[in-house]
Amino acid sequence: MTIWSLLVREILHRKLNFALGVLSVMMASGSLIGSVTLLRIHDIRTGQILEAKQVELAKSMAQLKDDTRKAMLKLGFNVVILPKDQNLSDWYADDYASKYMPEDYVVQLANSKVVTVRHFLPSLQQKIEWPERKRTIILVGTRGEVPNLHKSPVKPLVQAVPPGTIILGSELHRSMNIKVGDDVKLMGKSFKVQACYEERGSKDDITAWIYLAEAQELLDKPGKINAILALECHCTGDALPIIRKEIAGVLPNTQVIERGSRAIARAEARTKVEEQARQAVENEKAARATLRQTREHFASILIPVVVTACAVWVAVLGFTNVRARRDEIGILRTLGVSAKHVLIMFMSRHVLLGVLGGALGFGAGVASAVYFSAAREGADVQVIGTDFSWAGLLLASVGGAAALAVIAGWIPALMATRQDPAVVLHEE
Amino acid sequence: MLEFKDVTKWFDGAQGKVTALSEISFSVQPGELLAVRGPSGCGKTTLLLIAGGLLSPDSGQIGLDGQDPYELGPEMRNKLRARMIGFVFQQFHLIPYLTVRQNIQVASLAAGANEAAERTQELISHFGLDDRAGHVPAQLSTGERQRTALARALLNRPKVILADEPTGNLDEDNAKTVLGYLSQYVSDGGCVLLVTHDVRAAGHATRTLQMSKGRLIA
Repeated sequence: MTIWSLLVREILHRKLNFALGVLSVMMASGSLIGSVTLLRIHDIRTGQILEAKQVELAKSMAQLKDDTRKAMLKLGFNVVILPKDQNLSDWYADDYASKYMPEDYVVQLANSKVVTVRHFLPSLQQKIEWPERKRTIILVGTRGEVPNLHKSPVKPLVQAVPPGTIILGSELHRSMNIKVGDDVKLMGKSFKVQACYEERGSKDDITAWIYLAEAQELLDKPGKINAILALECHCTGDALPIIRKEIAGVLPNTQVIERGSRAIARAEARTKVEEQARQAVENEKAARATLRQTREHFASILIPVVVTACAVWVAVLGFTNVRARRDEIGILRTLGVSAKHVLIMFMSRHVLLGVLGGALGFGAGVASAVYFSAAREGADVQVIGTDFSWAGLLLASVGGAAALAVIAGWIPALMATRQDPAVVLHEE
Repeated sequence: MLEFKDVTKWFDGAQGKVTALSEISFSVQPGELLAVRGPSGCGKTTLLLIAGGLLSPDSGQIGLDGQDPYELGPEMRNKLRARMIGFVFQQFHLIPYLTVRQNIQVASLAAGANEAAERTQELISHFGLDDRAGHVPAQLSTGERQRTALARALLNRPKVILADEPTGNLDEDNAKTVLGYLSQYVSDGGCVLLVTHDVRAAGHATRTLQMSKGRLIA
């Protein structure tokens, strides 16, 4: 016969008292572990939600950026670089510059490290009278895009007009019944028709494009151009001041005009959408944080109340147990069992009660939290399983519960040791 | 073996000090069954508890095999009690969730478990409890309970048995049986201090002392 066998037999004899104690500790431990688990699942779930939203955002932003790029390309060049001394009122009225700048500017620009514009297209254009056809046309001389040496090569927006050829706008070739391959004369020089454009509903319909050097010769402007067309990169917000600053750094004797407001409006709309999407992610983040705070607050009230109530209940059960065993304690002391052994016997009972309650509370708390999270919030239980450190939590639950039971059982156990056998026996 | 010398004990009562024992002196030797008789409340149980090292006297000395238990510390006194004294009570004081065998063995908790199992079996057979060894007290008759208590008292081969009204709850046959076992223990060299108001019990004594209001009167 040992103290331990006596302990086990007593527990088996007073099952209800012990079971109620275990249940009580289980409730305290379960509420604590459940709350902790719920908050940890909440954090994991928040991470998952935000990560999914970030991925979704990045995907849609990439799509929007691509859409914008395509739209910009479709709409063509939207930045015009003009000589600095060009009167803009005249330029807006005539739609071409009356001042000129060296053709070399485009090469300087292409060789520079500007990043806000690309696809540089030098042009020389002027409204002229087509003497052979008695028609007012816009003559554009272009040599094709100048590649930017500091950027990856990109497909040109427009194809260069080969020397000796001409491209005609729809109004010109239709009204004069000119077809691709025909030979036409312009200011005494022969050109083969390279292409006839469809109607665009713009001044392009009355425009004729020829090779730049030939235009310079016909218009008597050797080595001169009056505009460089470029494509603005899609930048967030108001990009024009940045573009102007960059170009002024390379070509101080020029000025920059932005065209294509539709594209800009679309780009800005997309920027707005991006901002809204980012805001939605932030809102989700804030909502999750608020929900966590609410749960934390609830747990901070629930846990102390439940733990205190359970500790009191365990202590009451302890007192009941000591009271019921008064006679037994009396006879054990009479038989020579020391107060220390009586204390060990009662405290061991509480440690066992705490360990069992803690282990069961761990199971119940985790199961409830996982069930709640999976059923109510759709959390992926398998992911939760891999992200969790169960061993640490189990250890904390069992250790904490044992400590709670020991603290709650301390006074009843002390009371048991102070049971005077003489008093018990005297009461016979 | 057991000696009381001018032992006095009083308690604090509502009316002031109440003297439970007044200058009690006597001794019990091996082979002697001393019965102390007297009416309820005369101090018999107090006398027994003091003899058992459970209640310290206010004055006087106790000798238990030449040793005063109250000169020892609590731990040593516990050990002395476990080794030298066996207790038998009117209410048996068996542990309700232990079987007869376990209730007997429980006396080895403090005294040590050497030969406890063999000694337990020997006592079970001696007291005719073989067929009841696996039963808990609630399943026993009062006679069986007292025999179990007596077996528990004898487990550690004590030199003294202190018996407080051991036949108080027993019918005549069972009382005779229990007193017979006590007489046998005495004839085997043990000594018994029996406090009782039962004339039958006193009849088995080798010597009888009469007690009244805390004093020995004869």
